[in-house]
Amino acid sequence: MGVSIVGAGMIPVREHWSSGLVELAVEAGEIALREADLTRVDALYVGNAYGATFNRQSQLGSLLAGSLGFHGAEAYTCEAGDASGGVALRTGYLAVASGAVRSAMVLGVEKATDIVGAARLSARNVSLDADYESINGATLTAMAGLLMRRYMHEFGLELAQFEGFSLNAHNNGSRNQFAMYRNKLRRGAFTKAPMIADPVSLFDTAPDGDGAAAVVLVNSEVAADLAPTPVTITGSAIATDSLTLQDRADPLYLKAVAESTDRCLEQARLELVDLDALELHDAYTILTALSLEAMGFSERGHGWAWSGDAGARIAPDGELPIGTFGGLKSRGNPGGASGIYQAVEAVRQLTGQAGDNQVQAARHILTQSIGGLGATVASHIFSAPAD
Amino acid sequence: MSGEGAKWTASANQAIVGSQLARGTVYSYTQVQEPAAGFEAQAPFHLALVELDQGGLITAQLTDIDGEVAIGDRVELVTRKLTTDGDRGMIIYGYKFRPAMQ
Repeated sequence: MGVSIVGAGMIPVREHWSSGLVELAVEAGEIALREADLTRVDALYVGNAYGATFNRQSQLGSLLAGSLGFHGAEAYTCEAGDASGGVALRTGYLAVASGAVRSAMVLGVEKATDIVGAARLSARNVSLDADYESINGATLTAMAGLLMRRYMHEFGLELAQFEGFSLNAHNNGSRNQFAMYRNKLRRGAFTKAPMIADPVSLFDTAPDGDGAAAVVLVNSEVAADLAPTPVTITGSAIATDSLTLQDRADPLYLKAVAESTDRCLEQARLELVDLDALELHDAYTILTALSLEAMGFSERGHGWAWSGDAGARIAPDGELPIGTFGGLKSRGNPGGASGIYQAVEAVRQLTGQAGDNQVQAARHILTQSIGGLGATVASHIFSAPAD
Repeated sequence: MSGEGAKWTASANQAIVGSQLARGTVYSYTQVQEPAAGFEAQAPFHLALVELDQGGLITAQLTDIDGEVAIGDRVELVTRKLTTDGDRGMIIYGYKFRPAMQ
């Protein structure tokens, strides 16, 4: 049974000092419901990574189902670190595709700014390996630094060769009212930015933000009655790799990216060349470079080259548009909500509602939600309605 | 610890920590400027992936660093204090790597 998206909603990614997790979630959920012209759904799947450690709150399914008026509905959290949004989407997809539920909301939410600094990093560290990484002082950004340094060493690269990824993200985010950091980056600023875990700098990493985004899924047979031109999910796959870098035979090959992408394309009966845009998990520029290699857009050691021409090749009017609303880097990374922001952004593109960020004639968009440095990868392909 | 690439096991880890003889080379390294709670007093500190002579990678801090670090540097395992579990909690010891003496 096909799965269509009949409603989508998101709120700006910000430091939402005056709203709690529930307020953020309800606001996004209600936008999606209004768009779907529904008042309730059969099931609610919540994408959230750090509710228990940022907000001392678990059991978000019951909490948010009640807040949204879905009393009694099937509702629970799906968690896989920063891929929580992507795995929640997969859960919603499976539930509707199987016929087990007629309609489902997938709601990503993260309230990150209740805690700051070292305490937030510790709260985030629950997604690393406690015995082999966190205990030794690792953070996800430190692990990304290790990966990027090795990549630059093996292929003889300079920091400036990654700049275009961040330039493109901020160019796109500057035109997105939902983006957290709408400033454009000056050329040259990337290589002078303060280091967080060298060679990963402030302008290389996505900022944590508060956010919520939601999509309403129904089976495609009833979707036509609810929305004039529903977007459909034509591919859905999750693959995993070792949680730690130290356990991978080749840390520079993101195996789970390759496997989830291949399965997604096969299901959708598409080739890489059919994809009109990518919403990648650009928490770090090295993840984008390595993803492009694992997906098959570049040979090993050449993924960085997509950042060339100051990011022009991956701009909305370029060869391969990436992060069309700013990606995690500029739109912000609201943890378990990021994967649902990608989904909402794909829907906006495929329904011609992307405004100044519109990719012309976009028909198929792949989203990639990553936990850790490729430990969990949830890939989805969204397709425009047939003409 | 699992995965097809893993040559390193928890039991091997314990044996090596006990023997104090583990040596390897720096596969990659970084300097952590923004640490998690419990590691603030040590920051900035070096974190590395070390390729052990007997095979396998391991994540660990570098210690006793005097000057620059480079990929390929020879290092050896030492036992060190890693962190303290809060103000009154247990002191947690573990392994770090220092520049190899020979």
